[in-house]
Amino acid sequence: MSAPIFSNAQTRGFGRFLAVAVPYGWFLVFFLAPFLIVAKISLSTAATAIPPYESLVSWADDGALVLTLHFNNYKLIFSDPVYLIAYASSLRNAAVTVIFTLLLGYPLAYFIASRSAKWRAPLLMLVMMPFWTSFLIRVYAWIGILKPNGVINSALLWLGVIDKPLDILNNQFAVYLGMVYAYLPFMVLPLYAHLEKLDWSLLEAAGDLGARPARVFREVTLPLSMPGIVAGSLLVFIPAVGEYIVPTLLGGPDTLTIGAALWNEFFSNHDWPVASTVAVALVVLLVGPLMALQNYQAKEEQKP
Amino acid sequence: MDVLRDDGLQPWAEKKVAPQLRISNVVKTFDGFTAVDDVSLDIYRGEFFSLLGGSGCGKTTLLRMLAGFEFPDRGAITVDGLDLLKLQPYERPLNMMFQNYALFPHMTVAKNIAFGLRNEGLGPDEVEKRVKKSLELVQLSTFSERKPNQLSGGQRQRVALARALIKRPSVLLLDEPLSALDKKLREATQFELINIQKQVGVTFIMVTHDQDEAMAMSTRIAVMDKGRVVQVGEPREIYEYPRSRFVATFIGSINLLEGPVIDFGADGSRVECAQWGGPVQVAQDLAALASHHVAIGVRPEKIRLARADDSAFAADNIAEGVVKEIAYLGDSMLYRVQLPGGLLVKVAAQNLGVWFAADEPVRIGFDASAGVAIDK
Repeated sequence: MSAPIFSNAQTRGFGRFLAVAVPYGWFLVFFLAPFLIVAKISLSTAATAIPPYESLVSWADDGALVLTLHFNNYKLIFSDPVYLIAYASSLRNAAVTVIFTLLLGYPLAYFIASRSAKWRAPLLMLVMMPFWTSFLIRVYAWIGILKPNGVINSALLWLGVIDKPLDILNNQFAVYLGMVYAYLPFMVLPLYAHLEKLDWSLLEAAGDLGARPARVFREVTLPLSMPGIVAGSLLVFIPAVGEYIVPTLLGGPDTLTIGAALWNEFFSNHDWPVASTVAVALVVLLVGPLMALQNYQAKEEQKP
Repeated sequence: MDVLRDDGLQPWAEKKVAPQLRISNVVKTFDGFTAVDDVSLDIYRGEFFSLLGGSGCGKTTLLRMLAGFEFPDRGAITVDGLDLLKLQPYERPLNMMFQNYALFPHMTVAKNIAFGLRNEGLGPDEVEKRVKKSLELVQLSTFSERKPNQLSGGQRQRVALARALIKRPSVLLLDEPLSALDKKLREATQFELINIQKQVGVTFIMVTHDQDEAMAMSTRIAVMDKGRVVQVGEPREIYEYPRSRFVATFIGSINLLEGPVIDFGADGSRVECAQWGGPVQVAQDLAALASHHVAIGVRPEKIRLARADDSAFAADNIAEGVVKEIAYLGDSMLYRVQLPGGLLVKVAAQNLGVWFAADEPVRIGFDASAGVAIDK
């Protein structure tokens, strides 16, 4: 099978090359190159200079070109509990966000995908609607909703349900709420894309063979929508680990995340190398394995 | 073609046993469109019953109501006295074979087939035994560990059949079971389906738009049009005695000779047909249709063709015409013969090595027993 397809591709040559080369070139220039620069800085030490770090290469007195690689930063972030705690809480935030966006997003995506074609587009548009407003403004709006004299507390006080404002802002609850809110569309869209392709006659067939709705879901719908669940979870998990805005604005003084640690090193301590190390470690420790998982998943899907 | 008639059983004619499946006055509308309009059918145990009609005639909606995927607005459906309308699809003693088979792509052939047994509280040994037996039934024993997309269309069709039969349903519903197969395979599969149906003894109800398929396989056919059943009968009955112009023209090809009934009696009747150029004799007694305007239906293969100067040519009804069009079909020839009145008569002649040329004057004729009067 593969041989004729390959020769076919060769005959179509240049146009195809261009179509692939442009996006890959984009990734190379704007993602890979900056990452390598950050990786380079992480192996340096801070200095009072512009840029504020030592160069990796220098000329020795005897005219030798010396390459100096400092691994102290990596030692630091793996020994200082501050970073470990930051990583752990970022991971936890991201994991909780994935779980709740999945629990909320799956029924929503299923509902939209099972509507008639006429209703799907407007319903999907409603899911995407929040993107029309700035992310920052939407997170600030949550402050207005959650603060002691905000919408929720005022309403509950007026109704007499509570007699003093609930403490629902600047704590872990607010962080979860904000993140689930912010990332829900990223879960719904890939789930919808997979559920929409689902052959509904399979569900009818399962019912016809005596499976009650719960078993139909468990044994047919869920396994067949697994690629969508994985895609949505990755799409939420990866950016959620590095999320900075929501924990900073809605979290409390004890909310420590990897994004905040990075910000501190970069802007407060002006220690670019440590900041870079934090960023590189995040990529290597989390994104790397996740990409591998996704790759594996894609291959599984192609298997007959 | 009466493949199933070899056992000689015709419970629908004898009316000694109660029908197994009763559909009574079922109506189903979608957004004001009446998909199934007051349909009543009695289907007997062991039948191979076909619902035949064009797209949008309501045949699939009717089948889906039997399976429980749609519920009728009015009417009743019972199987062995059991009220189906009180049951969800997963509670009904019927199983369905889907048009595109709807095999679970993430399960092996064996798991697909076993799916229906998992709710029945059978031990794993019993499940394995039944799966093995049903794989044998459809001759797929060596394919049990394959996934559906590793199978050919014909193999997938057989997995779907095995999966639908493993629960030993009292009625099996088949939605266009052969439409996804190519022509050669379709013909072979027709006989295979009939044989399997005889082996398992389950009532089959098949939806199809393919009249040849329905004719070849069914004990009886219900022809549907615009949500209604327009005629129910054995294939031969439907073909030989269509009760309406719709059935006559939908099943096979037919010539319609129009005119009023001018003479009738036990030994035959006559219809004045200007298009034919005179009265047409039929064997039926058309007393009930006296002076009605009727159409005499004559199948193309029942009309004989002869040279214009063939003095030995004899038939109850003879006309002279000119060959206008010829289609060579290999096993037969299809001629269109124009009569002086302008009517084009379709004549099918077996390929016996006798050829007629275009524009050749010919004589055509058919016997009184070949014509059937249609008044609707």
